[in-house]
Amino acid sequence: MKQLGIVGESVKRRDGIAHVTGQTRYVDDVSYPGMLWLKMVRAPVHRGILKKVDVSKAEAYPGVHAVVTAKDVPNNWYTILCLIGVGPNDEPVLADTEIMWRGEPICAVVAESEEIALEAAQLVELDIEELPPVMTVDEALAEGAPAIKKWGNNTFMYEGKPYRRVFIGDVEEGFAKADHIIEGTYQLNPYDHVPVETQTCVVKPEPDGRLTVHSNTQALYFTKDNLGIILQMPDYKIRLVGGTVGGGFGGKVDVVIEPVTAIAAMKTGRPVKWRWTRTEEFRNSSTVGMYRMHYKDGVMNDGRIIARQVISYHDAGAYHRHSPYGVQKHAFNLAGPYNIPNVDIKAYCVYTNRQPSSALRGFGVTPASFAIEVQMDKIARTLGMDPWQIRFLNAYRNGQMKAVRKVVEDATLIETMQAAAKMVGAELPEWCWKARSDDWKG
Amino acid sequence: MAIKRGRGIAALNYPTGMNLGGDPSQALIYMQPTGGFVVKLACTDLGQGLKTVVPQMVAETLGVPLESVNIETGDTDSAPHDMGQFASRSTHRVGNAVIMAAKEAKKQLLEVAADEMEASPEDLVISDGEIFVRGVPSKKKSVFDVALAATFKHGKTVSGRGIFLKQNHGVDPETGACDPDSTEAHCTTVADVEVDTETGDVKVLKLWSAYEVGRAINPKMVQGQIVGGSVMGIGIATKEASFPNYPQFDPHPGSFSEYMMMGAADVPEMESTILEMGSVDGPFGVKGVGEMTANSPLPAIVNAIYDAVGVWITDLPVTPEKVLRALEEKELSDK
Repeated sequence: MKQLGIVGESVKRRDGIAHVTGQTRYVDDVSYPGMLWLKMVRAPVHRGILKKVDVSKAEAYPGVHAVVTAKDVPNNWYTILCLIGVGPNDEPVLADTEIMWRGEPICAVVAESEEIALEAAQLVELDIEELPPVMTVDEALAEGAPAIKKWGNNTFMYEGKPYRRVFIGDVEEGFAKADHIIEGTYQLNPYDHVPVETQTCVVKPEPDGRLTVHSNTQALYFTKDNLGIILQMPDYKIRLVGGTVGGGFGGKVDVVIEPVTAIAAMKTGRPVKWRWTRTEEFRNSSTVGMYRMHYKDGVMNDGRIIARQVISYHDAGAYHRHSPYGVQKHAFNLAGPYNIPNVDIKAYCVYTNRQPSSALRGFGVTPASFAIEVQMDKIARTLGMDPWQIRFLNAYRNGQMKAVRKVVEDATLIETMQAAAKMVGAELPEWCWKARSDDWKG
Repeated sequence: MAIKRGRGIAALNYPTGMNLGGDPSQALIYMQPTGGFVVKLACTDLGQGLKTVVPQMVAETLGVPLESVNIETGDTDSAPHDMGQFASRSTHRVGNAVIMAAKEAKKQLLEVAADEMEASPEDLVISDGEIFVRGVPSKKKSVFDVALAATFKHGKTVSGRGIFLKQNHGVDPETGACDPDSTEAHCTTVADVEVDTETGDVKVLKLWSAYEVGRAINPKMVQGQIVGGSVMGIGIATKEASFPNYPQFDPHPGSFSEYMMMGAADVPEMESTILEMGSVDGPFGVKGVGEMTANSPLPAIVNAIYDAVGVWITDLPVTPEKVLRALEEKELSDK
């Protein structure tokens, strides 16, 4: 590669010293005169009918300026990917008639201080008729399962099908030809982003009628667009200010803190701050939901994988958020960086009454890579083959065809294996050292 | 009852860019009267270091000192559209956008310089803040002087616009055929673990990793991603659980004392190497790396556990309880 001057140099981080000396300004450092504080009242049960929300005692509490409920939200739908065709609307910004997960936001108390807001929040009375919740993918897909989604089933529909399918060749033919059939089931359970900085937002209503929104979102324009849709305001009246985020990992892409804060600011005419506690960040922000992947591979005696069938289930929790997109990305990566002529993948995005899942570092690819690489070792061990050699044999090369019917380019898997093998002193046969990502002649 | 050692490997790919594309990034750049450059972006720095590598790419493109390039980011009132920071997309897309903007600005700067130096713009080279006539190093002018001339003598702007978009061409509803990414980065990780067959405890002793990233704009920062990602990956593989008794809902951790994570004392020895083999359309050949680094430890550790004690822990996180149950089952079935 061409040697460059500044590119390629390990120059010191611009913001490093500021970070480690506590001088970096984060959203929580933003403060305005007359600023009010917001605390959210959340659903205490997994599923139910929300019959009544009585905020009268909270509204009357000294120091409380407003309580924001569903009827204060101009367009009470949070469908973050509506602009790329994900629908239909399923998640209200504030719960209106039903509860779909424990922790779902119901109403927000806006007060002179966080303490007052918290105290007043205890006085909100909720009348909820509990319903039996659907808590796992298996329950959601079972015969006779309650349809928790208004379109009648519990999966996202990809062009009329309850799964995203990716296939090439014919796996049944491949299985018939194969010397071995090797199966495996792999499950990645829910975990969290755990950023050092919790979600925080300050909204200031400006004298000229615009809104200034300070947020630690990972996507300023994305947030601005969605806010405009929820507030029924042209989004040129909204200014997003941010850019310094204390860790995101995908947990600050959802627009779940700005809308209610903005409505609170508009309703009270005052700047409003909402900062999530660590408990809220753990229990109420999105997790990455469970993935369970079933692999069935047809393998030849020499170790070549000639057929791969994968059925995958993802627990998206109560609402879409980014899951239909994530499951699709997951589906496109389930075959792995290997040359397999017959592939059939079905990836399901399933809804349950759980904390909604959303983007988390590695979105959809983390579980796929986990399953693929353990399955690879399983195949190696079953055949009595060396785990390195089976990977060199099957690794994809430039010019070959992927399951998504895109020609492989920029392949470098083999070269990383060689570098790692050298680092640990692995003994490999000559053909592994001679292999190149460019060595397939067609 | 014993401590058994094992080694496992994992070889991975990771796509660069929002799935299927359709995620543009724009940049604006302008020169100030004494030759400093300001880049306007609506990006966010999550710790991945965009505020450091963008000036590097711009300074390289323009031929000016690194400190003379500043970036202003994080305000939608003062910068054009950017899709957001996720999907390992930014160094690639924002990089391409700032290079495009820097090239336009450079062209305008060279036109003014050509006028000032009575040379042809094609014959001029900018290096370290000086503009030379190629092959005649004595015939030069500083960017400082040319900037002043552009602003106050010629009345010329020196600025640029950039955008990068990989168009979204959709998915075939029957076959799933599509073009999901701009490029793929790859890595191989080797993990050494120790399994205590009496307690079920798994200790990660060392990780070795080779990462191919197209081009490392800032190698130390790439290494930072590898180290940080590895720590996160080990945590996901061996500790982290939003619902420790999944699928049971409770207990539901709500604090750092209930949600198990890696601490500084848990971090094992790590060695890594970076390979640079370019890419089809990455800026300077860049591929994204931010997410892949947290993925490779998961299967490498599970494979190392099998190597050590002959059981597959295929339901993460790996816990001592799962290891002990698997060992018990193995003992029974071996009989």
